[in-house]
Amino acid sequence: MKLKIQRYIKEKEFNTLIEYDVEKKVTTLLEALEYIKQTKDSSLAFESGCRSGVCGSCSVQVDGKATLACSHKLQEDAVVVEPLKNMPLIRDLVVDMTQAYQTTKKAQAWLHLLDKETKITDEDEHINRVQSDCILCGSCYSACPVFAVNKNFLGPFALTRSWKYVADKREAQPAVDVLQTDGIWDCTLCNECTMVCPQEISSKADIEKLRSKSAMMGYSDPNFAANFGGFELSF
Amino acid sequence: MQYDILIIGAGASALSSALFAKQEGLSVALVTKEFPTRAQTSMAQGGINAALGKDDTIELHIEDTLKSSHALADEKMVQHLCQSAPEAIKWLDSIGVCFSRTPDGEIAQRKLGGAKHPRACYAQDYTGLKILHTLYDQVNKENIDIFNQRFLLDIITKEQKVIGATFLNMRNSQVETFSAKSVIVATGGYAKIYGKHSTNSKSSTGDGLVAAYKAGAILSNLEFVQFHPTALKNSSILISESARGAGGYLVDNNGERFCDELRPRDEVSRAIYEQMKKSDVFLDLRHLDKEFIEESLPQEQKLAKLYEDIDLTQELIPIKPAAHYSMGGIEVDANSQTNIEGLFSVGECANHNVHGANRLGGNSLLELIVFGKDVAKGAASYAKAQEFQTLDTKESQQKIDAIFQYEGGINLYDMKDLVADLFYKNVGILRKESELQEALDALKNIQNNLSKIALQDKTKEFNQELVELLEFHNMVELAQLIVLSALKRKESRGAHYRADYLEENKEFSKPTRIYRGEFL
Repeated sequence: MKLKIQRYIKEKEFNTLIEYDVEKKVTTLLEALEYIKQTKDSSLAFESGCRSGVCGSCSVQVDGKATLACSHKLQEDAVVVEPLKNMPLIRDLVVDMTQAYQTTKKAQAWLHLLDKETKITDEDEHINRVQSDCILCGSCYSACPVFAVNKNFLGPFALTRSWKYVADKREAQPAVDVLQTDGIWDCTLCNECTMVCPQEISSKADIEKLRSKSAMMGYSDPNFAANFGGFELSF
Repeated sequence: MQYDILIIGAGASALSSALFAKQEGLSVALVTKEFPTRAQTSMAQGGINAALGKDDTIELHIEDTLKSSHALADEKMVQHLCQSAPEAIKWLDSIGVCFSRTPDGEIAQRKLGGAKHPRACYAQDYTGLKILHTLYDQVNKENIDIFNQRFLLDIITKEQKVIGATFLNMRNSQVETFSAKSVIVATGGYAKIYGKHSTNSKSSTGDGLVAAYKAGAILSNLEFVQFHPTALKNSSILISESARGAGGYLVDNNGERFCDELRPRDEVSRAIYEQMKKSDVFLDLRHLDKEFIEESLPQEQKLAKLYEDIDLTQELIPIKPAAHYSMGGIEVDANSQTNIEGLFSVGECANHNVHGANRLGGNSLLELIVFGKDVAKGAASYAKAQEFQTLDTKESQQKIDAIFQYEGGINLYDMKDLVADLFYKNVGILRKESELQEALDALKNIQNNLSKIALQDKTKEFNQELVELLEFHNMVELAQLIVLSALKRKESRGAHYRADYLEENKEFSKPTRIYRGEFL
């Protein structure tokens, strides 16, 4: 099996797509990367951790689509492996996720105030179950066309995380205020994030839910207001 | 950098101690070799124990824990752990952990091996993941500083007191110092020494234990490594104990059961290991309700499909026991403090003497939260009475510079595999004097030849090979201490099973403690 890997080592001014032969039988892309590192070129850099799709370390672009290397089953030749997009490149397949991580902080995605009287039922727990499956792998940021052009955009996983807390019955102070600028209204609802999520989360759907929640709380789409000047109040 | 409390690691024990330390009004930094939320905690599936049910009691939780420990746990610490458990769950619930619920709105609990009652609170099979991420969100809320991609080099002491630590900044291979009044080591376990025979994350290389040991900390019970009975045969990917808790069978080639699946992990692992000499061993979940599997074991279903190409609702799952958890660690007292003033430890790298010879499933997540709170209090009250000291990078830097000068042709990854195979075979589920000695000799030989394992990659920018080499140095160092401890314990107890000393021996009803190359 052959793999093409986008290599980048700044201090060596090395920036090229290299083809590697993987002679050993491997199941996942991560195993192939490990094989290459261990037998062909130890300078190849990529992240990994759990090998079981929960630590979120190993997301890369495979044939143009963000995916977890540990969950990607290798089938045929001609796989092109590149680092995630929309994040600063550190080396080879390793990107700097600092800024992406910061978005959950900017979105204040946490429980603000506990409603002590509330009791969560089995049904309530299902409301934000899938959102709490997020592993922060960054695949959705790589796929997001808005994050690509606006680095201040809160982005898919932060907004999903916000919805997780906003939807939580234990939350007595749902925080949607911080999501109005560079947040829920900036999303184009293109659904690219949903298509790449290894946990089958739809940030797009979560953003839509945050929009209706915001509307109910008296917020409105500022773009709409800007385009149609002042009419938003008549709704 | 200068912080009142320096926490090394960013798993659940590190994050919870950071949160509680922050409440004490001190400056707190988390320094991790990864990004936060990538920690081993994310892999914990089964659950977190607390006696909450109507029929269950704290006494029974204590009893099960002590029984599982084979008289090696400290009763007072176990009492404290189990008594604090309901409060820990309440706290996790209050910060938004999405625990699974019963139809009438209580936190759902399931039965794990060695427990008399369903006692493990869970969030499907994502318990660790959801706890870790919720803690991370709270750390953001409290605006606690996190430093990523820094590899621990040395814990620095002055006049028997800790004054900080040095790290390799992986981005540029420069040594950085963090000066601190107290230091909490929360770097996780060491079962990745078993390499491909371990369920652990690639990061569980025992870095914190080695740094603490070199600084003069006592390590204890290192010989006790828990093997999880059911890892996927080819990849050592974990299949959670909840699969057996829910009624899964262990069967041989003929589909016959050969042991009681709900015995403690050490006993089940041994039964499988013995059985594997005669036939393959499988986990059989085919008779379980399909809906239940989709609801409670979604990860397992996915992983079995990916790695073994198996539909576990229709087919048998090939398994083997794999190294899973380090019971031993940095010895700490009831305040989570080591024998070094100001040096604290928590989580899998620490030994609070609650697991003894065999950890009860569901107690590890619990200890991260309970002792996370304790260690924060201990470290904070100590820090309040201290002054900052300056520390330099010189010694740590020299070590790194020296490694870049190594020359020789031994392949690091071949050596890692060699140690992994050696450990699984000689220091694994069944042990005996001659094989342990053989392992020790081999490790000494590797130790003496470490400078021949040279970096192929001499770049400074995010040089992963350098980090892996440093991890390997740590593993070789720690591996020797593990074997020495295993040689010392001439008996069989819990996870430490000696084919040449089959019985438990009262003489050894105490921790194996090692300090600067000598047993205490």
